[in-house]
Amino acid sequence: MSWWSSPASDTQVTHGDRFWLYVVASVIMLLLVLPTFIVIPMSFSDSQYLEFPPENWSSRWYEVYFGSTKWMRATATSVQVGIITMLVATPLGTMAAYALFVSGHRATRALFLFLITPMIVPVILIAIGVFYAYGRAGLNNTITGLVLAHTAMAIPLVMIVITASLRSYDLNQERVARSLGATRVKAFFLITLPQIRFSVITAALLSFLTSFDEVIIAIFVSGGVNATLTKHMFSALRDFIDPTIAAISTIMVLVSTVLLLMTQFIGAREK
Amino acid sequence: MPGGECRPAVIFGVSVLADNNNNGSPDTSTALPIHISSLTKKYGDLYALDSVDLEIRSGEFLTLLGPSGSGKTTLLMAIAGFNRPDSGSIRFGDQEVILTPPHKRNVGMVFQSYALFPHMSVAGNIGFPLKLRGVNAAEIEERVTEALETVQLAGLGERGIDQLSGGQRQRVALARAFVFGPRILLMDEPLSALDKKLRERMQIELKILHRKLGVTTVYVTHDQREALTMSDRIAVINHGRLAQVDTPEVIYNHPANAFVADFIGESTMLPLDLDAAGNLTYKGSKVGKTPSGDGAGGWSLVVRPEHLSIMAGKKPGTDQTIAFEGTVIETVFQGETAFSIIAIDDETELQVRFATGSKAKSSYPQSGEQVTLGLARDDVILIPEEDPQ
Repeated sequence: MSWWSSPASDTQVTHGDRFWLYVVASVIMLLLVLPTFIVIPMSFSDSQYLEFPPENWSSRWYEVYFGSTKWMRATATSVQVGIITMLVATPLGTMAAYALFVSGHRATRALFLFLITPMIVPVILIAIGVFYAYGRAGLNNTITGLVLAHTAMAIPLVMIVITASLRSYDLNQERVARSLGATRVKAFFLITLPQIRFSVITAALLSFLTSFDEVIIAIFVSGGVNATLTKHMFSALRDFIDPTIAAISTIMVLVSTVLLLMTQFIGAREK
Repeated sequence: MPGGECRPAVIFGVSVLADNNNNGSPDTSTALPIHISSLTKKYGDLYALDSVDLEIRSGEFLTLLGPSGSGKTTLLMAIAGFNRPDSGSIRFGDQEVILTPPHKRNVGMVFQSYALFPHMSVAGNIGFPLKLRGVNAAEIEERVTEALETVQLAGLGERGIDQLSGGQRQRVALARAFVFGPRILLMDEPLSALDKKLRERMQIELKILHRKLGVTTVYVTHDQREALTMSDRIAVINHGRLAQVDTPEVIYNHPANAFVADFIGESTMLPLDLDAAGNLTYKGSKVGKTPSGDGAGGWSLVVRPEHLSIMAGKKPGTDQTIAFEGTVIETVFQGETAFSIIAIDDETELQVRFATGSKAKSSYPQSGEQVTLGLARDDVILIPEEDPQ
């Protein structure tokens, strides 16, 4: 019972006193992740239908996924859109975050809020708005349209990550660099960027994920040969329940988890 | 502390005891004078700089001294090019620089936070300005080594910034600011992050380094003792205006106005009366003549604690001294000196500071004791009562 009666922090509270807290926290964490992990055994089922637990194990649905031109093309679209979104949103969001951080102007707060609205407004509203706007602009069912919409969604994340890392950065370093003969642009690239690079990489990974996991906007504005993986999954679920979905979900969970873990490790290195 | 914080005779590579080349005669061939005229900068309705005129001589060590918010840092940043004044002119030698961006001003700068680049080594930091100027690698190495020797950090070039002590960081920041041979060096409270002992030592080292480099140096501080220690001249600044610009001795012994008298050193101001014969008097006893040229307005007597002598009992004033009778309120021992607070009337207290020497504490003025304070007439400092600011 030594653990039970030992202090849990620099206070008189013991692990025993806190035990109920550990139980509650564990239950909440399980409830959060179980629905995600349940697809993993389901994806290895031999059955025609989604079942849990599976009676017979098989990897046939993975073969279906990797063997299907339709799924492969959708995957390629998702990866392509994700990468372009990342390449557009990361520099734009970084530039915006830097500008708003450096400028002492009164309007910066308002501008910051304005730029992160895609995070606050319900995505379905954005999707509907984008759909009608694209209808006029002829951007529906195009890679360009999808990238633009996903970039708007990713920029807030980039800005928040970059702003957070700039807060712990001494801007006098840039001033010194300028006094030593560097232009503002050089000072940024030689002094500031190398020091916030891990946050920039984190922001880039998050931008990719934002686009790769996004489904609502994709349902509205992507289609035909340019439909994303998530859009295809959604359509497939509506038409027939097929364990291929579970197999794809498992792969997506894997990709997302790996990328998120990478951002965590990178974040820890910058500290 | 590694890196030699405590070497008595040789500081910054300059022998203090025997250096015939640099002692006393600064090398000003590489320095530039700074001419500042009618410089004004407003933040909203507040004047951070209010029509400042200042001539900074070639090769001198000039300190901008003032309380926080006085405009001293704004002025420094204007010289560096980090803010753009609303009007006025800044010339480096003959060249107007008000529209020149910081990276083209060729000015070395040291910040309070040091602002070293943590992703570069010590040598990388010091070599940075040379690299920007396209100096070749071999010469960079040579000049960095030389700069490291000058600031007594020889051999530490490959260290990371996080492996340095506070004093060493200070030296790296300094080396980085002068390695490219700027003709003007600006420092914004560079010593305030150091502890007292190291700070006092660095003050002397900076002074010696300045003499060696001969570069025009503008130094910002709010610490009057630091300003007195280091400067050739001090510009006392308050509310965006220059209150007085002069040598430390003149600033201290002949303050031009109440602000300077109050800000530099300890002082008590006693308002004086003017008698029919044109003499200034304090409580009926004559202090002196009105300083010529300015009869208007009242005058005050500035009394510094170290100018007063203390005598037991009641003594009248003489031809040489002015006497103040009072009662001791408290005596405080502070090591090499002690001071007493003496009430000379219900509202006015004077402080007197005296050396402790080997005196026994029992011989200090005791609370409640009646004493007389003497102020030598040579030590009389008169200032106009109305602050001209």
